[in-house]
Amino acid sequence: MSNSNNHKLLIKTDRSSYPQPDESGKLQVDLDSGKYVKVWHGPNHPGVTGNMSLELTLCGDEVVEAKTHVGYLHRGFEKIFERRTWMQCFPTVVRMCVPEPDSNEYNLAASMEELSNVEVPEYAQWMRTLVLEMARISNLLRLLPAHGGTMGLGLGVQWGVYLRDLILDRFEELTGARIYHMYIIPGGVRGKMPDGFKKRLISNLDDIDDFLIRLKRLVIDNAVFKKRSIGTGYINPSWVDKYGIVGPNARAAGYKRDVRKDNPYLIYDQLDFEPYVDNEAASDIFSRTWVRFMDLKYGVEMIRQILDKMPNDGEILGKIPNALNWKIPTGQTYVRSESSRGEYGFFAVADGSEYPRRINLRGPSYTHAIALLEKLLVNANISDVSAIMVSLATCPPEIER
Amino acid sequence: MSMKIKDIITPFSAWSNIVKKPVTVKDPFTERPGADRYRGFHKNDVEACIGCGSCEAVCENQAIDLVPVEGIDTKKGDSGLRPLVDYGRCCWCALCVDICTTGSLTMSNEYTWVSDDPDDFRFIPGVDKKPWDNNEKGWTNPGYSLYNPERVNMEEIEPDERITNFIEIVKGYSKEQAEKEADRCVSCGICVASCPAHMDIPGYIKAIRDGNLEKGLQLLYDTNPLPEICGRVCTHRCEEVCSVGVKGDALAIRWLKRYIADNVPFEDYKRILGLDSLPEAKKHIAIIGAGPSGISAAYYLRTMGYRVTIFEAKEHPGGATMYGIPKYRLPMEMLEQEIGLLEEMGVQFRFNMMIGREVKFDELYAAYDAVFMGIGFEKPYLIAIEGEEGPGSMQAIDFLREVNEGKKPEIGNHVAVIGGGNVAMDAARVSRRLGAKVTVLYRRRIVDMPSDPEEIEGCEQEGIHIEPQTIPTRIVKDEKGKVTGIEYLKAEMVDDPKGRRPKPVPIEGSETILEVSTVIGAIGQEAYYDFLSAEWLEKLKLERGRVVTNENMQTSIERLFAGGDSVNSTADAISAIADGHRAAKGIDVLLSENE
Repeated sequence: MSNSNNHKLLIKTDRSSYPQPDESGKLQVDLDSGKYVKVWHGPNHPGVTGNMSLELTLCGDEVVEAKTHVGYLHRGFEKIFERRTWMQCFPTVVRMCVPEPDSNEYNLAASMEELSNVEVPEYAQWMRTLVLEMARISNLLRLLPAHGGTMGLGLGVQWGVYLRDLILDRFEELTGARIYHMYIIPGGVRGKMPDGFKKRLISNLDDIDDFLIRLKRLVIDNAVFKKRSIGTGYINPSWVDKYGIVGPNARAAGYKRDVRKDNPYLIYDQLDFEPYVDNEAASDIFSRTWVRFMDLKYGVEMIRQILDKMPNDGEILGKIPNALNWKIPTGQTYVRSESSRGEYGFFAVADGSEYPRRINLRGPSYTHAIALLEKLLVNANISDVSAIMVSLATCPPEIER
Repeated sequence: MSMKIKDIITPFSAWSNIVKKPVTVKDPFTERPGADRYRGFHKNDVEACIGCGSCEAVCENQAIDLVPVEGIDTKKGDSGLRPLVDYGRCCWCALCVDICTTGSLTMSNEYTWVSDDPDDFRFIPGVDKKPWDNNEKGWTNPGYSLYNPERVNMEEIEPDERITNFIEIVKGYSKEQAEKEADRCVSCGICVASCPAHMDIPGYIKAIRDGNLEKGLQLLYDTNPLPEICGRVCTHRCEEVCSVGVKGDALAIRWLKRYIADNVPFEDYKRILGLDSLPEAKKHIAIIGAGPSGISAAYYLRTMGYRVTIFEAKEHPGGATMYGIPKYRLPMEMLEQEIGLLEEMGVQFRFNMMIGREVKFDELYAAYDAVFMGIGFEKPYLIAIEGEEGPGSMQAIDFLREVNEGKKPEIGNHVAVIGGGNVAMDAARVSRRLGAKVTVLYRRRIVDMPSDPEEIEGCEQEGIHIEPQTIPTRIVKDEKGKVTGIEYLKAEMVDDPKGRRPKPVPIEGSETILEVSTVIGAIGQEAYYDFLSAEWLEKLKLERGRVVTNENMQTSIERLFAGGDSVNSTADAISAIADGHRAAKGIDVLLSENE
């Protein structure tokens, strides 16, 4: 893999035609000069993951300034939570990340359980872990081929969407819904495994193994993809802590960051796994793609391991207070879990009433798609904008909550 | 990473898919139905649904409204309302299905539904016919409960111990137990409709959950000035209709009421209830009888600013609650405490003052602005069999009164109690405590007994034998006139042709003699109206021994109001309290109009 020395950024030479910063450090872009053009990349754009927009200032085909704009979803979930009972938040939190809602469910449940001392039965903990891992692979099946998709390689995306649909079928039989599963209810889970579920899930996992081989040939070992992704969207490893970069993006930069390992929750400490880290810290689009590729591979293995180790039967719901009157004692907590995009945290504050005082989401996209993306896009070619953005796995609903 | 020639060639391997069978299906809706557990469109079994509204309460999107439905009437334990779902708001989380107290609300596994009428998407499941109504599969109540269906156990004195004394059987909830029990409430309010006094039950249960007992006490006194009594001996019709009780145990509403009344210091009652500064007395009302209805009327009249004087024929206030209810169910102190509050409010009590004996009704009616009559049922029905007169045979209400007055009636070693109501159960259990063996003779089956089920259970625990389907025919006496037994006929149940409850018909030749030393009759009571002169009685409209009143408890005599057992047929304390409250409002309306 490439190292930082032969990076594209450093090859750039002539910057005389670029806008220069004034005394305050702000770039002086004179649009009337005819040298620059402003382009709105999104909110409706096939290259943007969701309803988000990038305001790009271009000089030729190069980005000189980028600004992330959100506000197209009109949500305000964190405010809504303050007017919902704790249990009513349970169907609402899922909407904060559409492709992978289960981390939200888990975080809400875990924060409520921690604050009101509810014990979750062991079987329910295994089921939660299973669902979280299924959510991880279903999200990666969408996201991983999209790395190629942003460069015009749509076939992998179609393969991925098909396989993701198979996982959604499994979600449907287990949880009763394909997208908003609403399965990890505070106190436990909402159902046991249906008959034959395990067999069908394992057969889907076999399909994914096959898909990974095909995808590697199609996208990873693809000259065009390599040409465009190696060295593009380079994240300097020194930025990881500065920008709060987490998850696969941090692991591509050589940092071993995984909440499942660093701060095990549920039954992750009983599982045998090692998150993949790019030890060369190539930290470009290619490296991030490869980290996600390995995440998907390991995720499949992890599900096999969970199915193997988990108990066959057990209680699904612990002793919870009446869902209509669930009061949570005054207190606050920060719970986190590892989503497919990185550390996903909930800061929950309870004031002793039936309603949350505050539930705040710390999602990886907030830092990745605002602070980091705005920095990464400067000097990038306009055709790489989508690729860089997708390689950070941004999820706008999670920013605009 | 170096680029190889292989990297240009390998992507073309994707072309191998061209010979593969496509994975898509032509018609996904028929070839692939929803999963068995899929959360599709709502269904409701309207017959099983009781319109409790838990679905409405749990819904985070306010997508459910409880609406009246044609053909479904408000009845006991059923609000008459049914959920209307708005698919413009619903998010298909199925919490409504999970919390449903009856299990009537479910979801089909239907994926899609097309309609060109936007109003179609707001519908009442089960009432508005939909294509998926007969679909068996889909999300149903998943076998767990989002509220605790099990009642917090109430500690009681063991049966062996309790038959030796008159100590109160029920110990009462601790704070922790009460809060846990209160947490089970789904606040549907169906109980409110079934309570004769329409007490704000969800309100005071919430006050327990919130730990705000002062608020709870205020809510109790809003509709019931005798919560300590009702918290112990109420017939709790609220619990019979409790929606949590459909699948699990009904909430212990009575014990929760008792918990509030017991746990607020009595010294604080006046302050909490705002009785320190009552309005200035305007008019003067006389109340005949210091039973629950009279006390209730006195309390509310006094809070409205009337001067109140209660005339009571006996030595103590309380009426049937004082003289009729045994002390193991209602300790004397409770009554004294609540009466004390009334005295502090300035209600005057005149004991040993019987209307018609010490005071004439005419004088009373002339001297006061209005009169409330809560005289109760004091005159027992006789069984009308041979040998009923004389020693060894007595009436339950006399027997209970004597015991409560501290006397110890001579009953011998084996008592037969005739009847199946609460008074019969009280007489039986009191006799047991006096050391006798007890047999209850009842005409119909045990399931037909009008008494509270827990009283029957208590009898069984205490070793009282209930002999159903027996019709007494004669009290057997020896030559000295001493009771030696009771003769009865066994009865068989014959279905009533008009569809009423089956009738007991004696079986000829089944005469049995049970050896007993005392027979206690408890088949019902009626009212004494002999304090009224013939003129008054002519004016007072009666129906089957009960006073006829309008909705304000006003009788056919303008300024005479009535309530309690002598008016309503339910014959329990809570109905009497409700009557008293209504009468107080009625008197206020009447006297304000006349001003």
